[in-house]
Amino acid sequence: METFLGFERPDGSAGIRNHVAVIPSVACANGVVAAIARAVPQVVPLYHGHGCGRAVENAMHTRVLANLGRHPNVSAVLVVGLGCEMIKAEGLAAQIALSQKPVAHLEIQQLGGTRRATAQGIEIVTGLLADAARLERRPLPLDRIRLGLECGGSDAFSGLTANPGVGRVSDWLVDRGGTVILTEDTEMIGTSHILQRRACNPEVAGRIGAMVAEAEQLTDDLLGPLAAYVIAPGNMDGGMSSIQEKSLGCIVKSGSRPITQVVEYGQVPDAKGVVLMDGPGYDTESMTGLAAAGCQAMLFTTGRGTPVGYPIVPVIKVASTSTLYRHMEDDMDVDAGVVLDGTPLDTLGRSIQQLLARVLDGEPTKAEVNRQEGIVCMYTLHPAF
Amino acid sequence: MASQLITVHDQDNVAVAPRDFKKGENLQRPGGPALVALTDIPRGHKVALADLAAQAPIVKYGEVIGRAKEAIRPGEWVHTHNLMPVEKE
Repeated sequence: METFLGFERPDGSAGIRNHVAVIPSVACANGVVAAIARAVPQVVPLYHGHGCGRAVENAMHTRVLANLGRHPNVSAVLVVGLGCEMIKAEGLAAQIALSQKPVAHLEIQQLGGTRRATAQGIEIVTGLLADAARLERRPLPLDRIRLGLECGGSDAFSGLTANPGVGRVSDWLVDRGGTVILTEDTEMIGTSHILQRRACNPEVAGRIGAMVAEAEQLTDDLLGPLAAYVIAPGNMDGGMSSIQEKSLGCIVKSGSRPITQVVEYGQVPDAKGVVLMDGPGYDTESMTGLAAAGCQAMLFTTGRGTPVGYPIVPVIKVASTSTLYRHMEDDMDVDAGVVLDGTPLDTLGRSIQQLLARVLDGEPTKAEVNRQEGIVCMYTLHPAF
Repeated sequence: MASQLITVHDQDNVAVAPRDFKKGENLQRPGGPALVALTDIPRGHKVALADLAAQAPIVKYGEVIGRAKEAIRPGEWVHTHNLMPVEKE
């Protein structure tokens, strides 16, 4: 069995990083989280803009935040709450503690303000970091890996070089018992019948059909006559002749193996193999869904060039052309443009896979080197109240 | 300068131009006979690899991406002028 060097967690999951995360339960706690992170820069703050003022999204946002805390790359967690918010620190900490990892929480109102909350937070994370530092990597089977697939700022060559190259890696990982998660429903429009043919059973096929139909309806409802333009003009100029052609260029990231499950945004799949996740095409929100679903690493293809990473998940950037690779070499890990000079896709796939193997073992990606951690962007459906 | 056409899947009957081609230029494809560009073909656009009858499926990624509006000859540019989108299933 092929292995990688990872951190085994008490729940049996396998981390490829060993972060101590500080999670605000609500946006009002971001300032205290930032103060803790300034004092103890080894922690990873998961800033976000939610946690209160919403009805419909509460369950989804709670699931996402809890799953980020339970993420295999996270060794221990401090949850910082305000006190009067809807998503409470104590409840969130209790959900994260189901993974049996060390979890602490504090509330700013109860402790009497920013300074006292920060001081207590610093004390807690100092202890958590000392415990985390004692954990060591050891060989673990590749079937514990979930790989997130993402594209952002695509160009006419994304679907020809970077995405099919990533598809080779998807097949490689799935053949070793691992999991890949394809998301961004809007980029599946027009290819429902093709994805459904890959479904492992009729129930999964039905869920694929419903998910893509809903994405198409939502695009029409929100954009009306402009919906076609989400898909059209730039793509058409670039050589795309139909919606099927454009979407095939996106879904080719998932390789060719059977689709075993369809999950909600930020839901951890039970199945291994190729999983589809319901989620938006907006890459920063999509990446949060993939991280919450437990992806330990992401392959992110780009044609225009985007530097974004993710706080707790190494993101490997695959540039669709050599021009982009050279232009943004600081941010790009792989030059898929070599395919345009005659390098076979299988050769590109192997080099991405070899880089992925090194990243699983601990080699930092460009986004990690650049500290492209940003904030946790979460999907929403309705306005706040 | 790259002149090799790019194919994504073995069953595809179209390939993609890695750069702009002028009418009359020789096009190379891996494992297949050379083609002559019958039209200008812009970078990133498709070129037919085989004779495609009117209504014939146009295949890329091993899947049908549209049908030929009219007969298309090998070496001809394939785009919205001669490709009909397939109807929604």
